[in-house]
Amino acid sequence: MESAIKEKYMSTVEIENLVVEFKTDDDIVKAVNGVNLKVERGKTLGLVGETGAGKTTTALSILRLIPNPPGIIKEGKITLDGHNLFDYTEDEMDKIRGNKVSMIFQDPMTSLNPVITVGEQIAEGIQIHQNLNKSEAMKKAEEMLELVGIQKERATEYPHQFSGGMKQRVVIAIALSCNPQLLIADEPTTALDVTIQAQVLELMKNLREKYNTSMIMITHDLGIVAEVCDEVSIMYAGKIVEHGNLEDIFENTKHPYTEGLFNSLPNIEDRKSMLKPIKGLMPDPTNLPKGCAFHPRCIYAKEICSKREPVVTQLSDTHYVCCLAYENTEVKINGGGLIE
Amino acid sequence: MFKYILKRFLMVIPVIIGVSFLVYFIISLTPGDPVKMMLGEEASEESIQEVRDELGLDKPIIVQYFKYISKLVRGDLGVSYRSKRPVLGEIVARFPITLKLTFWSMLVAIIIAVPLGIISATKQYTLTDSICSVAALIGAAVPNFWYGLMLIIWFSLGLGWFPSGGYEGIKSMVLPSITLGTTAAAIITRMTRSSMLEVVRQDYIRTAKAKGVNKKVVIRKHALRNALIPIVTVVGLQFGHMLGGMVLTETVFSIPGMGRLMVDSIKSKDTPMVLGCIITLATVFSLVNLCIDILYAFIDPRIKSVYK
Repeated sequence: MESAIKEKYMSTVEIENLVVEFKTDDDIVKAVNGVNLKVERGKTLGLVGETGAGKTTTALSILRLIPNPPGIIKEGKITLDGHNLFDYTEDEMDKIRGNKVSMIFQDPMTSLNPVITVGEQIAEGIQIHQNLNKSEAMKKAEEMLELVGIQKERATEYPHQFSGGMKQRVVIAIALSCNPQLLIADEPTTALDVTIQAQVLELMKNLREKYNTSMIMITHDLGIVAEVCDEVSIMYAGKIVEHGNLEDIFENTKHPYTEGLFNSLPNIEDRKSMLKPIKGLMPDPTNLPKGCAFHPRCIYAKEICSKREPVVTQLSDTHYVCCLAYENTEVKINGGGLIE
Repeated sequence: MFKYILKRFLMVIPVIIGVSFLVYFIISLTPGDPVKMMLGEEASEESIQEVRDELGLDKPIIVQYFKYISKLVRGDLGVSYRSKRPVLGEIVARFPITLKLTFWSMLVAIIIAVPLGIISATKQYTLTDSICSVAALIGAAVPNFWYGLMLIIWFSLGLGWFPSGGYEGIKSMVLPSITLGTTAAAIITRMTRSSMLEVVRQDYIRTAKAKGVNKKVVIRKHALRNALIPIVTVVGLQFGHMLGGMVLTETVFSIPGMGRLMVDSIKSKDTPMVLGCIITLATVFSLVNLCIDILYAFIDPRIKSVYK
């Protein structure tokens, strides 16, 4: 028994060359184009990128919840405990969802079923995965509610009787109810106001320490990354363009896109300075640019960037980047702004 | 909740007044003289005048109407011109047959429609879905009376399984219930399908799946209840539609229900009977819709909280 528990928390999740496409009537939307990720036990990985970069799609692939049709997982492998999740049947997946891997969804307003009491919604997963009867599961659900700071008496209430922040805490309680070994948090604080954001993050950090849960934190907020993550993957147009630990990414930024993200942040020390947003928009995923997908927006881009796709350049044991500037080409980047 | 029900209950009154007003005037505008129909073409001018006086038909229509309403308030629906018997008695005798038929038809409709709609939605764009959609389209397009006649030809005259008409127990209800039920089923199927399709795309369905809830349970427990409001609404509306459809179906299957009573009364310009029938139908329809509104509260707790 003990070894089984130990094994549960020893494992890692590993994504290899994941490709996810959405087929519409006339187009193929390439949402994820060969993503590689690895999360070690007890560690938190930040998955950062703009809206539409493929972060949520990557996360949903782990749970095999990509809506099909239109979405299909075209290629790749996702292993948990060394088992390929894509080999499992739907029934076997149901034993993993909510139990070994669970997810906190982006929008708490729509993530809870409006006609089922909050307590029941938490108890449901517990009842399925822990072989408890209904009243035992309900009791556990009440404990979960208290854990996320909601009085247990409110378990019989419906989602519309809760505020947004409380709903998000209920969503978190659902996700944590079976002590998952991997918790995917998809922008868990985006829908919340700042004071509640801090509370929710604190809560998640505490729980991670208590249960040694691995986490994938999907966000576009670099502040949250700095606060809770151990490693960061920067995602752009369905690919990881830079990956490293916090120090690599924050102190030793390499990819022009990552640099752009940092430049887009307001600078509190220089309040008069203008924001420097990345120019242009995320490319149309049905029609990705040739070569490096970021080159139309990249201030360092050279001709070669529109012709050749960059490959992974390993900069250190922990840090890699996917940019032609690090592949002995004519493209030059000089730490923070200079061209050539 | 109780206050809400009471309020809605009181709203039935203006509905009845409005309906009776409209019907009274429409009947008075139709050609033909009820007294002549009662007494026959050869009746003398004096006897006609005598009956007119007796029935108050020589007074202005508005006066007649108010007289009718003041009696209605006291629960008096008047006396049939044709049979000379109280309208209320005849309706009480015949309406239960119609109501029973409506009930069975609705049962047939729901039993066919809801599962078909769910299957269509969960298997969207597959062959199963297309077959269900085409079947529903045919069901909605085929006229009731023709369909009823076809059923009589096949199952009654051909196979001899069910009586072709009349009202003798449950067996005589089968063909008319199927006739009325399948038409309603067609519409309820479409509504169930579209409502389910909308619900299964919601985030909370994804949340349920992410909890590891079995797909079938997700549909049954999480999706169906949320999809139910539009379905229940359409069931309520179809109920009214069915009561109207009775006129044809009861004629085709020669069932002595209120639909036929109404047709016969209209033909003979039996104003009190027509009014009595229509007011009964309007009241029942209003009450059914009230029940549907109350049902909403039990389906969706958000609506319940608004009713308070």
